Amino acid sequence: MTVKFDDLEVGQSVGALEFLLTRDSLVRYAGASGDFNQIHYRDDVAAAVGLPGVLAHGMLTMGAAVQVAVNWIGDSGRIADYQVRFTKPVVVDPVEGAVLVVSGKIGALDAEARTARVDLTATFQETTVLGKAQAVVRF
Amino acid sequence: MRQTIPVVNPNVQGKQYPATDPYLVGREKIREFAHAVKSVSPTNLDLFAAQAAGYADLVAPPTFAVVIQERSLSAVLADPEAAIDFSRVVHGDQRFSYVRPIVAGDELTSVLSVAAVKSLGAHSMVTFETKIFDIDQQLVCTATSTLVVRGDE
Repeated sequence: MTVKFDDLEVGQSVGALEFLLTRDSLVRYAGASGDFNQIHYRDDVAAAVGLPGVLAHGMLTMGAAVQVAVNWIGDSGRIADYQVRFTKPVVVDPVEGAVLVVSGKIGALDAEARTARVDLTATFQETTVLGKAQAVVRF
Repeated sequence: MRQTIPVVNPNVQGKQYPATDPYLVGREKIREFAHAVKSVSPTNLDLFAAQAAGYADLVAPPTFAVVIQERSLSAVLADPEAAIDFSRVVHGDQRFSYVRPIVAGDELTSVLSVAAVKSLGAHSMVTFETKIFDIDQQLVCTATSTLVVRGDE
């Protein structure tokens, strides 16, 4: 189904996804991105620097969250702009992992530029972990 | 009163770092990165879908430019003049503004400049702007990243 710009309304939902982030996800992201900071896979290092546990890479949370907008529009090449603030860390339990819940809605429409701003909400244990998470979709 | 030593040298504001060596974006690297960020987008994973959508090759996920940004950022973190202690760094915010998407086969270089250095109590906030260019020197993406460098509390 093709999404048409003229059918869009501010406030409408673009969908929601749940991501299970496990330690395996973090290792995979470390390898793919080249970010081998040990706080993302070693409990002893995380504890030594005063963290509550091994954390997901902020960039993994950012990268997964935008998939809500990508799935809605069907092509990641149409994301013209994407920004987030990292407000809370996502602690990844070695056994249970961490569930990231992401939803998106249309935050603004620019009829002249023919772009739609998707505002994303990402939560972990009912706490928002990304602030001002906005993806601009090109039409 | 204890003297507060800045955790980032404020004089590096405005400093520009040399362009990185070209990075060749590989098709399998895009697939690997796409799987890592939980993408199921056909244009990230399926060559025929990407070509049918009008792209020359697989399209990189929206946050892939971080891989290129990282190459510039590592030069800053290694710069004795900037004096940034990596173990104290926390990612504050991140933005990618695309002129066009990155696709497999692109050869990308990046030029990083220090856009701002601000103090926030004992901490410093450093904003980096990384401009990513293709082999024809056309701007592809601007990546803006703010790192918070924790000072002594």
